Amino acid sequence: MKDVIIIGSGVIGSGIARELSRYSADIVVLEKGDDVSVGTSKANSGIVHAGFDAVPGSNKAKYNVAGNKMFDELSKTLDFPFRRNGSMVLCFDSADIGALQQLYDKGVANGVEKLSVITGEEARKIEPHLSDKVVACLLAETGGIVSPYELNIAYAENAAVNGVKFEFCKKVTNVSKKDGTFEVTCADGSVYHGRTVINCAGVHADEINNMVCPEKMHIVARKGDYILMDKTAGYLADHTLFQLPTKMGKGVLVTPTTHGNILIGPTAVDVEDKDNVSTSLEQLNIVFDKASLTVPELSRRTIITQFSGLRAHEDCDDFIIGESSVEGFYNVAGIESPGLSASPAIATEIAGQVATKLQLKLNSHFTETRKGIPHFATMSNTERQKLIDSNPLYGKIVCRCEMVTEGEIVSAIRRPVGAKDLDGIKRRTRAGMGRCQAGFCTARVMQILARELGEDMADVTKCGGESFIVEGRTK
Amino acid sequence: MIAKNLVIVGGGPAGLAAAKSAYDCGERDILILERESELGGILNQCIHNGFGLHTFKEELTGPEYAARYIDEVKKRNIEYKLSSTVIDISSDKVVTYVNSTDGLVQVKAKAVVLACGCRERPRGAINIAGMRGAGVFSAGTAQKLVNIEGYLPGKEVVILGSGDIGLIMARRMTFEGAKVKAVVELMPYSSGLNRNIVQCLNDFDIPLMFSHTVIDIKGKDRVEGVVIAEVDDKLRPMPETAQFIKCDTLLLSVGLLPENELAKNASVALSPVTGGAEVDDTMMTNVEGIFQCGNVLHVHDLVDFVSQESENAGACAVKYINEGAEKCEQVTIKCTKGVRYCVPHKLNCDDNFQSLNFKMRVGNVYKKVELTVTADGVKVYGKKRPVVTPGEMENITLNSQQIEQLKKAKEIVISLEGGQQ
Repeated sequence: MKDVIIIGSGVIGSGIARELSRYSADIVVLEKGDDVSVGTSKANSGIVHAGFDAVPGSNKAKYNVAGNKMFDELSKTLDFPFRRNGSMVLCFDSADIGALQQLYDKGVANGVEKLSVITGEEARKIEPHLSDKVVACLLAETGGIVSPYELNIAYAENAAVNGVKFEFCKKVTNVSKKDGTFEVTCADGSVYHGRTVINCAGVHADEINNMVCPEKMHIVARKGDYILMDKTAGYLADHTLFQLPTKMGKGVLVTPTTHGNILIGPTAVDVEDKDNVSTSLEQLNIVFDKASLTVPELSRRTIITQFSGLRAHEDCDDFIIGESSVEGFYNVAGIESPGLSASPAIATEIAGQVATKLQLKLNSHFTETRKGIPHFATMSNTERQKLIDSNPLYGKIVCRCEMVTEGEIVSAIRRPVGAKDLDGIKRRTRAGMGRCQAGFCTARVMQILARELGEDMADVTKCGGESFIVEGRTK
Repeated sequence: MIAKNLVIVGGGPAGLAAAKSAYDCGERDILILERESELGGILNQCIHNGFGLHTFKEELTGPEYAARYIDEVKKRNIEYKLSSTVIDISSDKVVTYVNSTDGLVQVKAKAVVLACGCRERPRGAINIAGMRGAGVFSAGTAQKLVNIEGYLPGKEVVILGSGDIGLIMARRMTFEGAKVKAVVELMPYSSGLNRNIVQCLNDFDIPLMFSHTVIDIKGKDRVEGVVIAEVDDKLRPMPETAQFIKCDTLLLSVGLLPENELAKNASVALSPVTGGAEVDDTMMTNVEGIFQCGNVLHVHDLVDFVSQESENAGACAVKYINEGAEKCEQVTIKCTKGVRYCVPHKLNCDDNFQSLNFKMRVGNVYKKVELTVTADGVKVYGKKRPVVTPGEMENITLNSQQIEQLKKAKEIVISLEGGQQ
């Protein structure tokens, strides 16, 4: 009998697992993918929103503002990339300045600090590549950027170190409650029993909820296409640049990433198929054209990849957080934007609620800090030399574009909740994330994965399941 | 920090030829830095034949061609380091490399030859929409998997782009039992060599579809098919022509890009046309003592020309080490009327070459044209060509007399005259 069964290992499930691992409890995380952070958490804007956007009094507002404040400390404790670069909401038409002011007022009502409305000219002083059509902007100094999957992985690693079990390829097909405890059945036939269940299943959270709760949920997968640009375009924006929503529609953002690329997007299209993460040329063109209104110098020549992500939009338009009408069954659902920003606050809240419910005692062996994989590319030469001295594998560069060494890749595989496939390596080390998009390093990373995991290269996948890279041996 | 007269970045065909020639010009203090575990560069995975017809007057495979130059380098005892990646080059020619045995090493060089080749344009750069499962490879990655690792990427293949590696891989995958369903080319002509179209596609009845492109990729975990469509004269896909092709693999052969991140750090000025440096007739970039040759300078069609160009670069680097840079007037070569670029980009008026080789590419297919070089409007050289195509590099050699005429000019123009598109 588990104390807690967490369904889903996205940033929410992993975050709650980590916060719950502060207590002595038997916790398992069931993940349908073969790695953590393979759904919404891996494909989003990577923004830590200031919190001016959400309706005052809503869960979104409450957890966003609270979560935002936790990032400085958390990024140090768990060693993931985060930067408080500040956000700007751009107004292109003086007729819309009223709306900008409303946004400011909403921010103040939500308790957002360091907000100001500045002129277009002032904005261009801070962001010299901004369009000259910007007439005013709301500056939110507390806005930030985070590497979403690295936050997710940091949470999961730290949770695992503190005793949480992560089980992969566990697609939950049924949840039921009998005699005060829960029975969770997976597609592979395995069954888990638990005193509590926390539903963190992202776009599928409605399906999980509806298996056991009388109050039904409905989640729409809202797809957004993004374009990622080379680091050579990185100089074009330092702040996260939003467009003020107008009657012409919601704009797209232009933001630096924590690794120095430029990310533009997303669009918003509701899709039936919750696994549909295909991009469309039409949407990608919309992204580029709209982003060019913010930064006219953007060039298609610097595009290195595109992707799309799904946001879990619940009909009530707010986060659903807390114990459901079924005692011991907790929902953390409808976590769309600003879910990433809110995730640390949500994790703390839910862990607190569950710990109280189960009367958990503190885990005296809890290790609070986690050290990430050494990042050769951003080190000084002295640090690099020291690292190679400690392990010669750090002297072998595997990914040229992002300067990732074999030592980093091996570390990514051997860590708790380690990488098992190419995408897992990419999210943990950035190998394959650069301008050649894994053209050079694919074969090498496959070799390392096969060697470390004791498999044949033909068993190596891109992202689990049937995503085998090669068909088999040649003749 | 250690000191070297000449550091050559890259141990592929360009680096090897530059090293050999530098040695033969008297230089003994040479270091080749190669990131792979063997010398030879991309030739090691090019196991097909057709290399060396110009240089050795015989048909070699890629590894055989490389071996000839590796032997020459080894015979001369030129120092080289394998599995050693250069991570930085400064404009004052400090080359920083790392490997597992030496750790991080900084080398202060008198001259640097950048011979680090090119990379393939990835999917993202050409904005193909669709799913992002496994099964999309650049042709060179697939070539490495098949020829070096011994693994077959897939069984039913569509190839986008008719660059040479794509064409070669169409044949290679067929040999390995895969079915290549189509080679799809955006342009109305191929960017590959004609001989490759004949030998790799026609001989195996593989259809080559011009003016078509891939507009969507289907399949969640692994590619299950692609949607292709014809494009109009502005290269825009026409949705009504869309058709689905079932396949498990999409290979991309959509262009090569000189790999110039290191050069940029060293403040080397790059040409927006080639993506490589702008060099003078000694193959020197705008940064004194930094030279470029091979595919990092501009993408070649034949390795023979890489070797030829790189031997020149090696020799000029030695001359620079011994005599310093020439401080003289330079004339820039202007390319018009169908000629996209020319290497070298400029001439030093004080240089004394017995002959000079110019390499260039055209921007479209032209028939019955004359490739002409003029100095202040006066024709210095003309070469009649029945047909020129973007896939085949044009190569002309001028004698000392013609070079003299050029050096006196204020403006040198290379163009295609007459003919039709």
